[in-house]
Amino acid sequence: MASPSTFSVVVEVRLRPGIADPQGATIERALPALGLSGITGVRAGKSFRFDIVADDEVAALAQGTVVADRVLANPVIEESSVTVTVTATAKPVAG
Amino acid sequence: MPSRVGVVMFPGTNCEHDVVQAVNGLGGTAELVWHGNSSVSGYDALILPGGFAHGDYLRPGAIARFSPVMEAVGRFAAEGGPVVGICNGFQVLTEAGLLPGALQKNRGLRFLCATVDIRVETDRSVLTSGIAPGTVLSIPINHFEGNYTCDAETLARLRGDERVILRYVDNPNGSIDGIAGVCNEERNVVGLMPHPERASDALTGSVDGAVLLRSLLASALTSANA
Repeated sequence: MASPSTFSVVVEVRLRPGIADPQGATIERALPALGLSGITGVRAGKSFRFDIVADDEVAALAQGTVVADRVLANPVIEESSVTVTVTATAKPVAG
Repeated sequence: MPSRVGVVMFPGTNCEHDVVQAVNGLGGTAELVWHGNSSVSGYDALILPGGFAHGDYLRPGAIARFSPVMEAVGRFAAEGGPVVGICNGFQVLTEAGLLPGALQKNRGLRFLCATVDIRVETDRSVLTSGIAPGTVLSIPINHFEGNYTCDAETLARLRGDERVILRYVDNPNGSIDGIAGVCNEERNVVGLMPHPERASDALTGSVDGAVLLRSLLASALTSANA
């Protein structure tokens, strides 16, 4: 069993496809004013960062997923992704 | 004995006094209940009023769901007590899992503040009992996230079980199937976006909201005597 380490967690929350995204739509409509064209599909979301002390990456990812599913995202209208980053010697786990 | 109504107040709730005044004006006895309370004993009905509970941080209702009072609200509901969430209170009840679905941002990207026509679809709920289905009521809405949504399966169940209790006559916000209010399976937990308390005195331009609140007060007494 590995000794507990601190893991850095990033949760990204987005509105599900088909759910109205006024922020994204408004940003998209503003872009031509910059002289930029051809940019479509702008979606706004939220990003949350926190640290978790856990035995390993799998445990950290499991806890981060609970936070994402139970609090940070409302599954009726939103979807989320959780990324756990550890020390320089380990590889990130995405879920 | 008048119906005793607990009006649950979170930090950021702002319609609690309107609800208290409306309930008292209809012969009920309303009291404020702070969100930190872990008990709601002594009430015949609970109302979660509108506003911006916990600043609407994260999502409307997302943090309020964790307030200590919500566990007591859940127990009260499970025992059959009438619970009504108005506007932000509706959002809190969906986040707490006491009602299905969610409220997303209005179609058309606008905050809406208007008096709209609402059709009563069923008399089988604590807020609409005794009101003839088809009755049209003129009641204010005041929201940005009032666009009711749910998955197809949930919608089919809501329709099949006659749990859509109120519909907009002219859908103002994009709500799926024009839904303005729904109830749970047991029909004692109700959520609606319109504000009946703001249409409960002739001074406010309409008294149609009083029709709904009177129904709730009657349901509360029935449930208290059950």
